[in-house]
Amino acid sequence: MNLAARDIRHNFGRFVLTTIGLGLLLMLVMGMGGIYRGLVQDATLLVDRIDADLWVVQKDTRGPFAELSRVPANLEDRVRAVPGVLSSRGFISTTIQRERNGQPLRMTVQGLSWPQDRGQWLPIVAGRALGQAHYEMIADESLKQPIGDKVRLGKDTYTIVGRTRGMTSPTGDSMAFFTLHDAQAIQFDLSGEAIRLERSARYERAKQIDLGRSQPQVIERSRGPSSGIPALGPPVISAVLVKVYAGFDPEKVRAVIAKWPDVSVYSSDGQRQLLVSGMVDKSKRQLGMFRTLLILVSGIIMALILYTLTLDKLHDIAMLKLMGARNGIILGLILQQALLLGCLGYVVAYVVGQWVFPWFPRRVVLTQDDMWLLGGVVIGISILASLIGIIKALRVEPNEVLA
Amino acid sequence: MSALPKKADAVLEASHLTKIYGAGHTEVVAVSDATLTVACGEVVALLGPSGAGKSTLLTLIGLILSPNAGRIAIGGTVVFDNNRTQVNVRRFRRQHLGFVFQKANLLPFLTAAENVRLAMEINDHPARTATRRAAELLDYLGVGERADHLPSKLSGGEQQRVAVARALANRPNLILADEPTAALDSVRGRQVMELFRKVAHEQNAGVIVVTHDHRALDVFDRTFEMEDGVLHAADNAKQQGVVQ
Repeated sequence: MNLAARDIRHNFGRFVLTTIGLGLLLMLVMGMGGIYRGLVQDATLLVDRIDADLWVVQKDTRGPFAELSRVPANLEDRVRAVPGVLSSRGFISTTIQRERNGQPLRMTVQGLSWPQDRGQWLPIVAGRALGQAHYEMIADESLKQPIGDKVRLGKDTYTIVGRTRGMTSPTGDSMAFFTLHDAQAIQFDLSGEAIRLERSARYERAKQIDLGRSQPQVIERSRGPSSGIPALGPPVISAVLVKVYAGFDPEKVRAVIAKWPDVSVYSSDGQRQLLVSGMVDKSKRQLGMFRTLLILVSGIIMALILYTLTLDKLHDIAMLKLMGARNGIILGLILQQALLLGCLGYVVAYVVGQWVFPWFPRRVVLTQDDMWLLGGVVIGISILASLIGIIKALRVEPNEVLA
Repeated sequence: MSALPKKADAVLEASHLTKIYGAGHTEVVAVSDATLTVACGEVVALLGPSGAGKSTLLTLIGLILSPNAGRIAIGGTVVFDNNRTQVNVRRFRRQHLGFVFQKANLLPFLTAAENVRLAMEINDHPARTATRRAAELLDYLGVGERADHLPSKLSGGEQQRVAVARALANRPNLILADEPTAALDSVRGRQVMELFRKVAHEQNAGVIVVTHDHRALDVFDRTFEMEDGVLHAADNAKQQGVVQ
């Protein structure tokens, strides 16, 4: 006869409520792990999907995601000349926040090197890849903008031609993909007055130097957009993505580029590691601490619940001892309830989590390994939590029946 | 009232039992040099005022507490001697002893039948055997139709009969009952006492009943009184007077 099951049947309502409460607590533990996995996945999503063997970034930076990186646009051509390089493409990544219909519109702008890169590698769930050099964008569905919608950014209006799913930046912002030039225009957009003031200042500076006086064309060029000024303009792309020939060792290409004094180069794995160990590390530790505390709290609450359940049964346990029941029967009564509580709580956590997690603003990724690990932890804390109750029960004297 | 049983027939031989609580100034002699023998099929009453030591004597015989001195043999097995318990107490209790208390002490989360079955399953009887015997016992005690009810749905008398069924489940040599009728009305109380007598005679078990209820003394084969921890046989004439 299974006493644990009979006791639960008798106190079914209380057991169900306790299980739900514990399940919700475990759901938080599960969610914390899922949020961490989501952070890692978000951080490395683009690196994993963009199909590049090497990332060339500003010297001594960990860009373009971990920190700001600026490299000249012509770096793309220099890289292309390295033996073994199949293709190189410029890449821009910058986060902007604008206002649209009174609501904040926050996105990470990714510039793709048109025409080689039209975003065909993206997980497009509706619409298409970029089809022209300007004024088109592919937006992630988390941006909640429909296909065909027109979004004004800076001085231009962009039409959403495609929608991706699950493309969010390491900071959790929705990604939007543009051609490199459009991304630059969005990134370096200045107000008309700011442009006028800058051009005027440049013009005045150019007039005061010998070069300006001897080369009037320089003065003319200084009136144009900053990005159009060769050499004098600021570096305007974030990184150059390199794809090497199939069968060619990317490490050899990396070794060549690494010797250049103005850039740093990382393999995709290196870039991935930078993101995980840099950007996500603190979040990981933060979530890890919080998760540990939650597990501790869950364990304490479980111990209290089981202890209270045991206290309620002390008289019955004394009676069992008086009847000659072995300790194993009494231990089984408490331990089975603890394990059942833990296991059912875990199921509740999983089921409710499946329903709740998609509503979280950040991605929550439940991996099978994490689920097994948490399952093991739940069984562990169930056993540990039942120990206080078991110790109490084993100390009960049969003569307490007479009390 | 039967004569003192022969030693060979004795289900209980308790001799010179002493139980002292506390020490020094707080020392209380709960049972003092008590000697009691109960034969198979005999029903014995222990009378006495509250605090006389009746329940303590019962717990000593029931191996719930250990005496400070004395010797106990149950069913021919020496269970306590030389200040030491000589057997595995829990195993011995579940195999040879049955308990009934003032409160039925049924497990509230088990039905009447399950409470009886549990006593047998604890004693390693197969579930099928236990189920059959539980049904037989509950029928025998007149609560068969209440077998599937939880204790909370049973009356006090029904609960007590289920408790008796549980005590009988393992066919014990000795049944120890501590004021089993205290919570029952006189009619139900007498029914329970007569039940003990019936069980003792039919199953050849010894029964010791601690009671304050003098109305059913005629049910017992012998009666003992305790006062200040001292056990002695009750005076027959006085007893008869009480009964009348």
